[in-house]
Amino acid sequence: MAGILLTALAALFFPGLIVRTKSIASGRKGPGLFQPVKEMAILFRKGSVFSTSTGFIFQIAPAIGLSAILGSMLLVPFANMKAMISFDGDFVFFAYILAIGRFFSIIAALDTGSSFEGMGANREVFFSMLAEPAFFILLATFSMFTGYSSFSDIFSHFHITNNHYVLIYSIIGFFILIQIAMIENSRLPVDDPKTHLELTMIHEVMILDNSGFDKALIHLATYLKFAIFGALIYNVIVPAGWNVPLQVLLFLVVQLAFAVTTGLLESFRARNKMNKNPKFILSISAIAWIAFVIVLIMTNKLI
Amino acid sequence: MLLLIIAALTFLIFAIPGKLKYFYSLALLVAGIALTGIWSFEVLSDPGKILEISPAPRLTLKGLTLTIDSLSAFFIAVINITLLTGFLYAKGYLRTFRPAKSPLRFSIHFFSYLWLYLSMILVVIIRDGLVFLIAWEIMALSSFMLVIFDAEDTSIMKTGISYMIQMHAGMFFLLIAFLIVDRETGFMSFDSLKTYFGNHPNTGLFLLFFAGFGVKAGFIPMHTWLPQAHPAAPSHVSGVMSGVMIKMGIYGILRVLMAVQSELLPIGIIILTFSLVSGILGVMMAIVQHDLKKLLAYHSIENIGIIGIGIGLGVIGLATGNTSLSLLGFGGGILHVLNHSLFKSLLFFNAGSVYQAAHTRNIEQLGGLMKKMPYTSALFLIGSLAICGLPPFNGFISEYLIYLGMFRGLPAASLYQSVIILGSIVGLSMIGGLAVFCFTKVFGIVFLGEPRSNKARAASEVRREMIWPQFITIGIIMLIGLWSVLFVRPVFRIVAGSFGLNSISITDLNAISLRNLSQISIISGVFILCVIIILVYRYFHLKYRHVSYGPTWSCGYPVSSPRLQYTATSYAYNFNHLAKPVIQTKKEMREIGEDEIFPSQRSFETVSEDIFKKLIIDKPVDLVSGLLKKIAVMQTGLIQHYILYAFIYMLIVFLMTYFNLI
Repeated sequence: MAGILLTALAALFFPGLIVRTKSIASGRKGPGLFQPVKEMAILFRKGSVFSTSTGFIFQIAPAIGLSAILGSMLLVPFANMKAMISFDGDFVFFAYILAIGRFFSIIAALDTGSSFEGMGANREVFFSMLAEPAFFILLATFSMFTGYSSFSDIFSHFHITNNHYVLIYSIIGFFILIQIAMIENSRLPVDDPKTHLELTMIHEVMILDNSGFDKALIHLATYLKFAIFGALIYNVIVPAGWNVPLQVLLFLVVQLAFAVTTGLLESFRARNKMNKNPKFILSISAIAWIAFVIVLIMTNKLI
Repeated sequence: MLLLIIAALTFLIFAIPGKLKYFYSLALLVAGIALTGIWSFEVLSDPGKILEISPAPRLTLKGLTLTIDSLSAFFIAVINITLLTGFLYAKGYLRTFRPAKSPLRFSIHFFSYLWLYLSMILVVIIRDGLVFLIAWEIMALSSFMLVIFDAEDTSIMKTGISYMIQMHAGMFFLLIAFLIVDRETGFMSFDSLKTYFGNHPNTGLFLLFFAGFGVKAGFIPMHTWLPQAHPAAPSHVSGVMSGVMIKMGIYGILRVLMAVQSELLPIGIIILTFSLVSGILGVMMAIVQHDLKKLLAYHSIENIGIIGIGIGLGVIGLATGNTSLSLLGFGGGILHVLNHSLFKSLLFFNAGSVYQAAHTRNIEQLGGLMKKMPYTSALFLIGSLAICGLPPFNGFISEYLIYLGMFRGLPAASLYQSVIILGSIVGLSMIGGLAVFCFTKVFGIVFLGEPRSNKARAASEVRREMIWPQFITIGIIMLIGLWSVLFVRPVFRIVAGSFGLNSISITDLNAISLRNLSQISIISGVFILCVIIILVYRYFHLKYRHVSYGPTWSCGYPVSSPRLQYTATSYAYNFNHLAKPVIQTKKEMREIGEDEIFPSQRSFETVSEDIFKKLIIDKPVDLVSGLLKKIAVMQTGLIQHYILYAFIYMLIVFLMTYFNLI
């Protein structure tokens, strides 16, 4: 429960922090920390404009997207506490429930009949498809390393295996999870949220026709998703056994660092060329594979 | 005994007057379903029970005993569900054909349908090799008759014949395999397989069986009949064939595996490799198709791949004594048989509805059907979500079991096995991602957006009698998705009973898996509740707000023509780029020359070919038919020449006898 509250709290700060970091990096003062959340609150109160091409799917997709995120949130543990719902192989459910949210956002984009949105939808599904194996290889390595197969068990046993190489391990896990988080959340270097040309957008172009309440749901889902991945990253690098007040503090620090890093990355880095993206994403799977080989060595299976 | 009466009664259909034919066949089908349903229920409710029925007390032919164990009972259940919904759906689907075809054609059609049903039931309950092969042959023949229902179209007849030939190629392997068993053990039955496998090398014979059953199941590269036969057949038949008939191949493989004694590891790896290839290539080839039913046919190959991955992992688990991998692998695979039969038949039925409404199966010409055919679209959507393995639908449960088996098997696995398991994890996750790619494309292009052609614009919802049977299927899909424990428990019992797994660890594993599954049910319920709450809130929210409508945003200019929408080809374009080595897409077009100031009308077409079909079927056939054409020079039509041939033949025989050569 604490984990969910903390994640929700982090999600409130997240977008503002990224915007603020980017403003400061480019020499501006920037809007207040809660500006994106305020904007979302305004959207929540507004009416909507719908395209005449759209139908039923377009109306329900944002709600399903948000519910999927909320569902996946229940699976993420914090400290030594188990997640709200935890079972063997829950990360499979995690990946697939995110996929159902994505499925609906994609078909909602196709519902508008716009080629821009079709293009965005296609890229979104293509890139997330390529990123899928990396996540599964990573989790397979984790479960082989600890001998457990649920988020809660894996993370609570992660740092007590008495293996000093765990550091290498959490660094690799950390790196891969950050990359997956960037792809999942349509951030640099795969997608650029601040681009202004429809042709080069991925996620942004898919929600061009959403307005009012629906748009607010989509924003909320995006913020929460970011924080959820932040929480996963936190779990990989901070041992679950440490005392809880310290962990709460560390959790917020990690989330803060994650947001600032994202902001900095987006300030100083350009987006990939669109046709370079598949290679880039597949390279993450390759790194995950290296992690797997390392575990094979560590568990004395290889050599 | 009753089964025999039903079989005899099917012949009466030719005497029944026109309109009653359907109801007569339905009555027979329901009678058969009730009868076999009772058997199946009896066996499934009592673990370890084996029902033996001799068809008639006087007839004590040893081969004719019907043996129903839990595996047969499970397959009977699968057959019954889909054949029933398929036949209910057929009532509406066949209505449009009524004026064009003679009553005799309908008689033949219903007759074949009933015999397809009977033969499939026989296939799963007969143990004797020869009788099994006869039932297997009836199955091929009756499905052939069903495929060529629309045989006025010569291309359909051609497809039907090619289907027939490929089925017999598979049959040939089975026949050889059974003959080998017969020669070595003196008996030709599944029961004597055990004796054979006990004293002989296992892999060779298993490969023969695998080839024979694999043709039916549609493992790549033996899949070539699938993408041809399914689009040609009427939709209820494709639904039944893809949903159930190809599973008979899986049944055969499982039945043989139950007898295999040693060399399990190589066998498991063989199955796993074929399955991974089928799974990944199947869905990759599905993505580039334009024909809705062909696409679904390729998806069947993918799902057979998933089933095979489960079975392969199960066998590897048996080989290495990894009980959890065995139980969960086999369990996932077998449950996926049921799941696939449900959502694939659902998808085929709705594809048929789309075809009847819009008169085209070409995805590029469809679009915007959601507004015209709301029920069909919603049903298709549920089928799509289920086939992608997304929660809270049934496809997820079986894929989850397979995943769970792999993840639980990993820590204890040796180096070699870990690499295999990891490869399967990557394969399965890729299949999942690709399936989402494929079905967002299908659903988005066919049902959403604006209609791309006049055909799609003129479409309207199909008759109610074509819609309501599918709610049965949807009901079972949701039940498996949300209350999986109910189904997984018997499936585990089947696996444990069939493969003799260690019972102590089974109960333990059972408890663990069932606890996990109930957690999945809870979180799925939470998810659905969340969706409902948000939607209800949204409804009341929008009620009191200003809602207006306008055109889709496209940089300020309203779209001039629906043809400017994203198409299926463009959706698959970047994927095509990546998959170049395995998928050959040919573009047919004429480029505009430099001197052409006023270009004339152009056409552009992309065609994706199946390289396996090209290499395995087309090339050898071309080679042989080319050779035969050259030999045909001898066929001059002049009587003198033929007498000369006879003379030369006699001369050769004479000379060879003279020199003691023969």
